[in-house]
Amino acid sequence: MKLEHDSLFEQEVEALIKEIHTQYGYDFSGYSRASVYRRVKRFLGQKHLASIDELRERLFSDSFFFENFLQEVTVNVTEMFRDPTFFLSLRENVLPILSTYPYIKIWDAGCSTGEELFSLTILLEEAGLLGRTKIYATDINQKVLRQAKEGIFSASHMAAYTSSYYAAGGKRDFSSYYTSNYGNVKFDSSLVKNVVFYPHNLATDTSFNEFHLVVCRNVLIYFNRQLQERVLRLFDESLVSLGYLALGKKETLAMSGISSNYSILDKSNRIYRKNS
Amino acid sequence: MRPLTKLIVMGGSWGGIQASLSILEGLPPDYSIPIVLVLHRLRNQEGNLQEIFSKKLLLKAVEVEEKEPLLPGHVYLAPANYHVLFEKDHTFSLDDSELENYSRPSIDVSFSSAADVFGKNTMGILLSGASRDGSSGLKYIFEKGGVAVAQDPSEAEVGTMPQAAIESIRGCTIMNVARIKEFLLSLHEH
Repeated sequence: MKLEHDSLFEQEVEALIKEIHTQYGYDFSGYSRASVYRRVKRFLGQKHLASIDELRERLFSDSFFFENFLQEVTVNVTEMFRDPTFFLSLRENVLPILSTYPYIKIWDAGCSTGEELFSLTILLEEAGLLGRTKIYATDINQKVLRQAKEGIFSASHMAAYTSSYYAAGGKRDFSSYYTSNYGNVKFDSSLVKNVVFYPHNLATDTSFNEFHLVVCRNVLIYFNRQLQERVLRLFDESLVSLGYLALGKKETLAMSGISSNYSILDKSNRIYRKNS
Repeated sequence: MRPLTKLIVMGGSWGGIQASLSILEGLPPDYSIPIVLVLHRLRNQEGNLQEIFSKKLLLKAVEVEEKEPLLPGHVYLAPANYHVLFEKDHTFSLDDSELENYSRPSIDVSFSSAADVFGKNTMGILLSGASRDGSSGLKYIFEKGGVAVAQDPSEAEVGTMPQAAIESIRGCTIMNVARIKEFLLSLHEH
């Protein structure tokens, strides 16, 4: 019967999650199950694997395969200047305040393949702040961090990114930020000169610095409420007083225990400011 | 006896807004089954769908918020640029992964996820549209023992989407908008 088959699938995935935690140290127990089950099913299809057993076998015998799995199960779909009004709001409402600090520290948490990171650096460059900003770009996945560092994106997206850039208040020639080559574009590496890339797991790691701005968009949606709370507390510990927190369009502080420490700066773009 | 319907998921594309409005307009404010509506729309565009639906419906029309519980008397609209998934505890999750059938939100994604959680208690309704999205998800609902309804393609503004479902699902129920409305009213528990 299909229903029993499915609950068996779920049991197997639950067992796999425990084993991954033991073997590789990645803790998926606080991830939204609807998404995890869907991603695992999708991965099985992509790799033509017939069962969780087969997947399990491959995961624990091949760490590259595991890295690949990690990239697929944690969603890494992103784009430059996603939600242009968010970037416009950062440009108009947040950067002018950040510019009053002699030195600015930003945490891009869950930076994935770097599209959001490069969008941020372009904003900072145009505000004349890039030279005195240090950005910590972190992700659970080392493979996407390597990609983010490269700043190489498909040329096929550039028309869409260019229009989002202008919608986000960009005034320059967007193509001046990259060089084109064989269907790809490479963004100017000086944009990420002051960026440090390193692996950080929001589910298990702790706070590691103090920041004026934490950007974490469309990451919390993949977590259950309990893990969301852990991560929001982690951000709270990592923000200076009067620091800014930027979440995804459908993510909110409203349900969290830290919400009383924050004021809403821009409701529709989910930008919050920590109280003094 | 047919299993109780505990969730209605409705999908539409071109012509889907009008069709879904006509169906939902007739439902009482305390309608006993939660309704989730996945309509294709332009990406990165702030729709005023919620406004349109709020004005015309007696039901409460809200955009899906992640981890919020599903409640009767509500029509939940899939937000632009996110897929809508269902958790075992009958709350929503949102997902910004790859487009499916060139769409996010995708009807297939929500239909399949609904069937995984609500099984035979799921009803899927596929309305007008020029896309291929929705038919495989509707088939999955049907295979899980749920009810698969397609809008009569001859009545739909664009019949492609319901037609695709009818061709792939033996046992798909074909109804026009007026019949779908009556059918939903007959499921309402006072």
